[in-house]
Amino acid sequence: MFTLTNKIKTFSIALIVLGLLGIAYGFYSAPSTIEEAKQIVASSHHDDGHASSYDDHSNEDKGHDEHGDGHEMSHDEHVFHQLANRPWAAIYVAAFFFFMISLGTLAFYAIQRAAQAGWSPLLFRVMEGITGYLLPGGLIVLVILLFSALHFNHMFIWMDPEVVEHDEIIRNKSGYLNIPFFLARGVFYLAGWSLYRYLSRKFSIAQDKANDNSNHIKNFKLSAGFLAFFLVTESMMSWDWIMSIDPHWFSTLFGWYVFASMIVSSITVIALLTIFLKSIGYLEKVNDNHMHDLAKFMFGFSVFWAYLWFSQFMLIWYANIPEEVTYFITRLEDYQLPFFGMLVMNFILPFLILINSDFKRLNWMIVTAGIIILIGHYMDVFNMIMPSAVGDQWFFGIPELGSVMFFSGLFIYIVFSSLTKAPLEASGDPFKKESEKFVY
Amino acid sequence: MGHYEAPIRKPLVTGNKTYHQISVDVAKPIEGQANKQWWIVFSISMVLFLWGVGCMIYTISTGIGVWGLNKTVGWAWDITNFVWWIGIGHAGTLISAVLLLFRQKWRMGINRSAEAMTIFSVMQAGLFPLIHMGRPWLAYWVLPIPNQYGSLWVNFNSPLLWDVFAISTYLTVSLVFWWTGLLPDFAMIRDRAIKPFQKKIYSLVSFGWSGRAKDWQRFEEISLVLAGLATPLVLSVHTIVSFDFATSVIPGWHTTIFPPYFVAGAIFSGFAMVNTLLIIMRKIFNLEDYITLQHIELMNIVIMITGSIVGCAYITELFIAWYSGVEYEQYAFLNRATGPYWWAYWAMMTCNVFSPQLMWFKKLRTSIVFSFIISIVVNIGMWFERFVIIVTSLHRDYLPSSWTMFSPSFVDIGIFLGTIGFFFVLFLLYARTFPVIAQAEVKTILKSSGDNYKKLRDKNGK
Repeated sequence: MFTLTNKIKTFSIALIVLGLLGIAYGFYSAPSTIEEAKQIVASSHHDDGHASSYDDHSNEDKGHDEHGDGHEMSHDEHVFHQLANRPWAAIYVAAFFFFMISLGTLAFYAIQRAAQAGWSPLLFRVMEGITGYLLPGGLIVLVILLFSALHFNHMFIWMDPEVVEHDEIIRNKSGYLNIPFFLARGVFYLAGWSLYRYLSRKFSIAQDKANDNSNHIKNFKLSAGFLAFFLVTESMMSWDWIMSIDPHWFSTLFGWYVFASMIVSSITVIALLTIFLKSIGYLEKVNDNHMHDLAKFMFGFSVFWAYLWFSQFMLIWYANIPEEVTYFITRLEDYQLPFFGMLVMNFILPFLILINSDFKRLNWMIVTAGIIILIGHYMDVFNMIMPSAVGDQWFFGIPELGSVMFFSGLFIYIVFSSLTKAPLEASGDPFKKESEKFVY
Repeated sequence: MGHYEAPIRKPLVTGNKTYHQISVDVAKPIEGQANKQWWIVFSISMVLFLWGVGCMIYTISTGIGVWGLNKTVGWAWDITNFVWWIGIGHAGTLISAVLLLFRQKWRMGINRSAEAMTIFSVMQAGLFPLIHMGRPWLAYWVLPIPNQYGSLWVNFNSPLLWDVFAISTYLTVSLVFWWTGLLPDFAMIRDRAIKPFQKKIYSLVSFGWSGRAKDWQRFEEISLVLAGLATPLVLSVHTIVSFDFATSVIPGWHTTIFPPYFVAGAIFSGFAMVNTLLIIMRKIFNLEDYITLQHIELMNIVIMITGSIVGCAYITELFIAWYSGVEYEQYAFLNRATGPYWWAYWAMMTCNVFSPQLMWFKKLRTSIVFSFIISIVVNIGMWFERFVIIVTSLHRDYLPSSWTMFSPSFVDIGIFLGTIGFFFVLFLLYARTFPVIAQAEVKTILKSSGDNYKKLRDKNGK
């Protein structure tokens, strides 16, 4: 059994406290009136916080500008909304990122079970630990969405009846994009995922002491069913929670693109957590072969992510249809560093580091690549949410750092606590011996 | 690869096989005489093939006007068949390369024939653009070859050119991969051959395989490298085929989900074709011990998964067409489902989305007859999918005065039937001359996955 050490506890609580301070500072420094927003812009113009110019608003927030029907929101009011959104968006990016890690882990776990994989049962409890964050993390995301729905912020402009009234495109979508249905869908997704997590964990622990394989078989069937549910709800969740921040824009690939980001981050966290647990003396049966397999998945899904990124980007860039291409123009003009930086960190570096077979068996290499991948995919989520939420008023500062610290602290605390609740070895799994003996 | 296998795994080789028995079983169709059934099927295929050749000659000598194309639908039957065949070709590489990387031992019973199918179907696919050129003797113009016509170059911006590169690379790598795997098996046939002519031929094609440890070590290494190369290639091929459509600004064609969804659809149709072929082959050649019910069930599961992914993509497209608020996009999909080609759309939906869902029932997915029927249904459905994407998106364009319908001419149909005939001619010849089971690889899993060894292990309590 794993026991939560005081070190981990202190570390995670310190992160949470520091993070809270950062978040509080974010709200404190955000403007509450248009006048304050003007002052902030004026001062940030001098200290040159970021490269982009704040004057160019031609590409973002079409909701206000292009289809205004004579309803022109003033430039200052627009900037005010963006600056007021910033602490919220900072929290939302981090909250979604850590939530996505546990959701992706759940999907990976279900795939292992449904595929009857023989190599991974030794890692089941590690994965179950990470999915312990699913429900709390998901509830936090839902609460943030609820705050948006209650107009505490202006991230989802389609939630603003004023905007919808003057925007025909959003109005036509209101059969899908309306607050009650949106929140109900969110609750439905999370309920479905959590139910699978709850049941599969129950069967998994029950299998430890069972005399037959009935729990294993139940888990197999349940996992296959969950994957079908996940296939549909994951895409819908991506449209709802991310794509609708940019309510005019659409891309059929978007759900799967988010999935690629999710799964590679999740496998990375599984690998990092496994290495950490091994380093403090647990999981003694896990060896280089298991790490090699995890690293292969990190490599493979990094390439897969790049493939989907390229497919989405290239097709939109090549066709150059105004409705779609605005999405990338905003990012190419105002988000150059995170946009290209993420390509390097999510594709080029993991590709070069992990292509070598021997490197996939070296823990420090996996950790290096893993840290790069996690930062890169945080940036990916950042790039998905920020341009629509805060436009060119973005910066990676105290609110963003604080949010990351808060959620990483919470994530660490919850994941390690849920690791203490069951033995780290799924001892009754019928594939356990195969997992111990397999050699690559 | 580890040799321990959990007791709950089902055996992959049944019938108490020994190493020698495997050699005998695999060599039998090559060493024996062709039976009557083989000759009947071969003759039918040959007739179809010759009819197709006639239609091709007629097309090339008269002109593309003999096809059913018109001004609005300038791309229809030919590209539908092209994409259909290319898609079928995906399963071979997936089974041989991707399943190798995933250490799936069940691939060993089926990979040889799946790879053969890949190569033969890519050949059929290649015929269509070749014929559509009108002057196939100038086909080398698609390659970027330095020339004396001034700055006459291929259009590097065109996904059609990327297709040329992707498909030719894919065909080359698949062929090398296939042949590498064949070397030890050809050598086995060579060593058993009695007649000097056969011995000579199989010596040539086995490249002097000696069976020394060094040979095996190189064999394993190159297999892994080729698998690593083939995996991105198999994705690239159908991705680029999807780019042919998705880079355009035609509603119904321009959609970002196309690349992965085309790949999933390709694997879906490819596995269906593998099932069609192998269900017949295992029966005729008595290979039920190597291509077991377990193999068929697993292939059915792959069909179910990829069918679900494809279904999810259909629904995504449909939903986003509405969500986009773009009038043209919305109409394209409304027209698909309710326009004059509604029957093609619903044929596609029924065959591709609903029918694979029946595989959730264990009883159905372990029924040979049912698997065979579904494999045919899926192949019909995937043909309709391409027809729906291509023809229904084109036949009602932006200008209602040019709206029209497409109907194939007898030449269109003849060439398509010809490729089916050609495909089966090649496959039947292959089945009589090539070791249709990768026997060397099957022997490597006999002791871990053979039923007799599994029983022995259970008895000894390990």
